[in-house]
Amino acid sequence: MTAMDTKTLAGEIKAIANTEDNRRTRLINVVRKVQLSYGHVSQEMVGMIAEALGIERVEVEGVVSFYHFLSGKPVGRFPVYLNTSAVSEMMGMSEVADAFEKAAGIRFGETSGDGLFSLQYTSCIGMNDQEPAALVGGVPFTSLTAERATEIITALKSGNTPAELVEKYGYGDGNNANELVRSMVNNNLRKRGDILFGERENGAAIRKAVAMTPDEVITEVKTSKLRGRGGAGFPTGMKWDFCRRAESEKHFVFCNADEGEPGTFTNRVMLTEIPDLVFEGMTVAGYAIGSHKGILYLREEYIYLLEYLEDVLEKRRQAGLLGKAVAGRKGFDFDIRIQPGAGAYICGEESALINSSEGKRGEPRDRPPFPVVSGYMGHPTLVNNVETLAAAARVIEQGGEWFASYGSGESSGTKLLSISGDCQKPGVYELPMGMTVRVALQVVGAQDAAAVQVGGPSGTFIGEEHFDRKICYDDLGTGGAMMVFGPRRDILETVLNFARFFEDESCGWCVPCRVGTGLMHAKIKKIMAGNGTRTDLEEMESWGRSIAAASRCGLGQSAANPELTTLANFRKVYEERIKEDEYLTGFDLERAVEDACEATGRTAIHE
Amino acid sequence: MAKPRIATTSLAGCFGCHMSVLDIDERILKLAELVDFDKSPINDIKRFSADCAVGLIEGGCCNDENVEILRAFRKRCKVLVAVGECALMGGLPAMRNGVPLKECLREAYLDGPSVVDGLIPADAELPLLLDQVYPCNEVVKIDYYLPGCPPSADLIWEALVALLTGNDADLPYELIKYD
Repeated sequence: MTAMDTKTLAGEIKAIANTEDNRRTRLINVVRKVQLSYGHVSQEMVGMIAEALGIERVEVEGVVSFYHFLSGKPVGRFPVYLNTSAVSEMMGMSEVADAFEKAAGIRFGETSGDGLFSLQYTSCIGMNDQEPAALVGGVPFTSLTAERATEIITALKSGNTPAELVEKYGYGDGNNANELVRSMVNNNLRKRGDILFGERENGAAIRKAVAMTPDEVITEVKTSKLRGRGGAGFPTGMKWDFCRRAESEKHFVFCNADEGEPGTFTNRVMLTEIPDLVFEGMTVAGYAIGSHKGILYLREEYIYLLEYLEDVLEKRRQAGLLGKAVAGRKGFDFDIRIQPGAGAYICGEESALINSSEGKRGEPRDRPPFPVVSGYMGHPTLVNNVETLAAAARVIEQGGEWFASYGSGESSGTKLLSISGDCQKPGVYELPMGMTVRVALQVVGAQDAAAVQVGGPSGTFIGEEHFDRKICYDDLGTGGAMMVFGPRRDILETVLNFARFFEDESCGWCVPCRVGTGLMHAKIKKIMAGNGTRTDLEEMESWGRSIAAASRCGLGQSAANPELTTLANFRKVYEERIKEDEYLTGFDLERAVEDACEATGRTAIHE
Repeated sequence: MAKPRIATTSLAGCFGCHMSVLDIDERILKLAELVDFDKSPINDIKRFSADCAVGLIEGGCCNDENVEILRAFRKRCKVLVAVGECALMGGLPAMRNGVPLKECLREAYLDGPSVVDGLIPADAELPLLLDQVYPCNEVVKIDYYLPGCPPSADLIWEALVALLTGNDADLPYELIKYD
């Protein structure tokens, strides 16, 4: 690069930083924009960003290396990110991958010589009901086949844009066809329940809330017995109460739309069809805890909804439902901004999400202090799931008792389930809390299911003998994911997929998770290669418990669940693969020296 | 009765664990009463002369020669003890595991800033590097592990005497605590 070019680039980067007011906390936004403009964030650009924001370059490098969709090396003008979720694999991902490679003339992990394409794998992009799916140039392409993959690459080569292709293939149902979305994604919303998808009027919940005192609002939420929909199930009213009572000049409301648990795609549908209800919930929460600012953390994979969501927010401002004196209530000013993510499963963990929103690596924080006491920029912060906030708005609108009349016991209301895999009608279902797995399977047309994965990789794998268990907090908890496996599926293939997922997604901060996820992955590969022994199973169980007990955050604490729950519920699958030897190595000398032979042109001679 | 034989080797290690063996000081005389040394860098015997009771392994496997030696130890030693971090986990040499071997070679012998007329060594006499550095237990069965970098002389002594005499090892917490 000539000195002139460098100067121009520095100027351009400075201008990008300027669009984010040169704020350190907007580092992710700045880096995303640089990535989008130049296809990568080079070492040189890292320095320029650091200078523009007045921070150290290591902070910028830390961010670039942390998130999937940021890259130090150039990606193609149309980067292809193919989803590697278990269901994507089941639906023919490898044929699609081959077709992409052949058509683009490169392998996964490479960028084409003409700079047009790069091929990469990515963790679940929230399209399990229409797999295999990929993001091409940031645009989701769903229900891919080998032919379709070839066609996409060919068309892009001959000058078409991803948007033109999507138009040709046809827009999806509902608001996916909205002029600000224009996506081929389908909602597949197959069951609208009374709570989330019931008839409602915009602003009704807010008007009702502001006529009450904040304490009354919180009491109403407590009456509803609403609990966190992300899976952990913490009582929502109590969380709001903690946050309200934490003293500080500022409070923040976060809506966690970093739906990264493979097999979960409820947020996608809610943000497409009922974003107003979600924003209404955030506003009500803001009123209840005494906050003036809400932040929706939107995962990069759903960025195709950004323009549409910004428009919804703008319309709400115009309707007086956001901004100064919301719904006419003097003193209650509340607005919402959208914080884009950049690709990291761990950012679904609330303290990691807050770090990410402050422009840092999405690593979890030590807790306590909990975010409700010290969160975003050190202020009390309420982080709720998309579905929780939407449900809370309905609680205020219709009353806590109305809400509690749905569901069962300590699990009130309805739950949105995103069901995928071997079933006739994959999609999103709003069902009452407490229904059995068997009922859910009937509804989706999966009577011959052999195994069901409830809650995604971090959840529980169950077999037929457990199908009468209930989906609720006291039994099988889930953030929404439910994957169905037919009788011919190999459970271990799925466990392998999940093990790889956790190894990829571990943020690396703590040893039990960083090392443990790698060890578990290696064990599964060893067993699948036919080198497993009883000792390996015992070690997996013992290590799995250690990983769960010693890891710092929820990711590590649940990272061994695929192995632990299948060892408990599908022991036979393992028993069939292992050998009775006391020790089997799994080490293959010939394979281990292959690279060295290639590099040196030598031939290995071993006895 | 013939004394039990022990053998030792340093694979992908730094010889620090062997130095720690020598750190048993005057107890080495007692050790000489207890055992005969077979193949070991301590006496510079290169080949096994007989089957051994105990084999001490320092270092993991970074090349094919390490693997062959480790396999020979497994064959000739009744009890195999992995000594030190590298043998147990791969240790410092395993830091290259995050980088593909070809990249390592390229950086070391072709692209490195100090390289002049670079060439990747390919002499047939040289051991072939493995794609990764492997801890010993991934290559052969290991019976006992002595952690540490290096394990202290007292730990090695206590463990060895226990193995050779058949008594329980007295390993107080302080001996195997490292932080």
